[in-house]
Amino acid sequence: MNAPSNLPANRVYNYAYLDEQTKRMIRRSILKAIAIPGYQVPFGSREMPVPYGWGTGGIQVTASIIGPDDVYKCIDQGADDTTNAVSIRRFFARVADVATTEQTEEATIIQTRHRIPEAPLQEGQIMVYQVPQPEPLRGLEPRETETRAMHAYEEYGLQYLSLYESVAAYGRIAGGAGYPVLVDERYLMSPSPIPKFDNPKLHQSEALHLFGAGREKRIYAVPPHTDVRSLDFEDYPFEIQSWDEVCALCNCDSSYKDEVILDDDGNRMFVCSDSAYCGERRKQGHSGPLAGHALDQLDQPEDAE
Amino acid sequence: MAYVSVKGGERAISNAHAWLDEARRGDTNVPELGVAQIREQLSLAVDRVMMEGSCYDPDLAALAIKQARGDVTEAIFLLRAYRTTLSRFGASEPINTTKMSVARRVSAAFKDIPGGQILGPTFDYTHRLIDFGLSDDKTVPAAPLGDTPVAEHIPAIASVFAHEALLEPAPTDADDGAEPYDLTRQPMAFPAGRDQRLQALARGDEGFLLSLAYASQRGWGNTHPLCGEIRMGEVAVEFTPEELGFPIEVGEITVTECQMISNFEGSAESPPQFTRGYGLTFGHNERKAMSMAIVDRALRHAEVGEAGVHAVQDEEFVLYHSDNVEASGFVQHLKLPHYVDFQAELQFVRRLKKEWEEARANSDTSEFAEAAE
Repeated sequence: MNAPSNLPANRVYNYAYLDEQTKRMIRRSILKAIAIPGYQVPFGSREMPVPYGWGTGGIQVTASIIGPDDVYKCIDQGADDTTNAVSIRRFFARVADVATTEQTEEATIIQTRHRIPEAPLQEGQIMVYQVPQPEPLRGLEPRETETRAMHAYEEYGLQYLSLYESVAAYGRIAGGAGYPVLVDERYLMSPSPIPKFDNPKLHQSEALHLFGAGREKRIYAVPPHTDVRSLDFEDYPFEIQSWDEVCALCNCDSSYKDEVILDDDGNRMFVCSDSAYCGERRKQGHSGPLAGHALDQLDQPEDAE
Repeated sequence: MAYVSVKGGERAISNAHAWLDEARRGDTNVPELGVAQIREQLSLAVDRVMMEGSCYDPDLAALAIKQARGDVTEAIFLLRAYRTTLSRFGASEPINTTKMSVARRVSAAFKDIPGGQILGPTFDYTHRLIDFGLSDDKTVPAAPLGDTPVAEHIPAIASVFAHEALLEPAPTDADDGAEPYDLTRQPMAFPAGRDQRLQALARGDEGFLLSLAYASQRGWGNTHPLCGEIRMGEVAVEFTPEELGFPIEVGEITVTECQMISNFEGSAESPPQFTRGYGLTFGHNERKAMSMAIVDRALRHAEVGEAGVHAVQDEEFVLYHSDNVEASGFVQHLKLPHYVDFQAELQFVRRLKKEWEEARANSDTSEFAEAAE
């Protein structure tokens, strides 16, 4: 991590790591993905200097669209200071000379793993998702040759059958994260392992959502103002998670919560998973039942490098 | 209090990597390992890293092994992540292994074949007894030279069968002017052609292919293979620059090639003959080349009318899971935090458990009530 910066004077790698031809190839795939919302576009994914499964798809998408004027935010599990988000943010700060932020509103590109920020997204913003498994049907059918045919024929009966089996077994539709959606009433899509709590934020969003799966070599997209419907049944409508507890730090009663174990006696606190959102609320004077807890300090940004 | 925050990663990462550097160096009273030492004395590890790293550069592979603390898969990953940034200025001419400067060449099919059997530098027939003398520095005498030099070109095994047409001819590429499939630029697609299959197997994890080949031998998709020929040595790499229009030699590389031979009883279209499986690796790696050849042949089951019911015959299973950079990354990504997804699962299981307990409590009371009546 102590490698030199990638400023033009001593640039070892190309701007934003990938060579320009590769970036063009990825941008063409992105354009195709935007033109066919929810369709998985195969692309010539490259090896990246982070392992597969750790964000290679999202990093390639970001690398191909980022420029020096962008403001880049990177989160993992909703937080800017989780180790992998720190690592990826440092990577782009180094190879793309880009300004970074933790404020959702300030960012032009927000790369994420497993969450959509709580603050509403705006026109012009791009969400970049790290996707471990782009194929929503993979859990039901292991063969790519089969699932591609199922998408081509819009044959999603297997998916509905799976939801029905879940209702029969558990009395409700199971599935907490990576809950399947139908995009523009045509393609079944995995929203990546975001909690279904975040699914409604994709519907008619102001922002562009790009999904990159590096290991599986697929890119897909949800353009702004696109219908995104979480699958359900009339008598078993889609529902999102909710908590009886408020955020222990900022008192928010509507955000997605992380559960933090406090000791060995079963005591726990619930805090906003979106650390930037929570910090902003605390700055505005909101205060939860455990305000002043050590975790309060940890969410404060450290000195930038 | 047992809570340890997983947040606040900046300083943790820097410190962890400093510790890694220190751990890599080990005891500083012991002299540091040189890259040239790794290249010369751990050359088979270097060969494997070059092969699965898809980049023929012994110095770079040796450096990657040093950086990875001897973790070969990690070194392969380092080399891959470097090679992918290199710009490509063209494709070489196909190498010609019949023009190989042979250092080793054996056939298990015939007692003697044109060109002879050449054992070369091999572990075969060594007794696997730890040589305690190796722990001391000592001068190794040069190996004795034979009376007559090895023939410049040794004919390939196919020439032995040539008169009888008993061996299927080497598959030729379709003459459509298309570039060979390139998995480093194109995603996996099915059905996979021979070019795509062989590239995936060549880059594939040695251990994975070894186990698949072994399972095949044990009856899970057996092709009854026989080692027609293994040869190892140097081949010339030629490149045709556009401005010249004719090929020039740009260097030599060491490769290991394996031709596996299997029976084929014949079909309406093809006479009874022997079929082949093909393996090729950078450097000296017979285990990998032989495994690759067995798996290649097993994956051709449809061409020879064999039922494909086993894992080794399923190209989607084999090709999608042979890459250890992909596999290692994805398996180990489970170390990354998953607490957002886990929170969703916790909620779900808690709810199910609560309902289960309520249902149980209700049924207990109703049974009790019935019993009382």
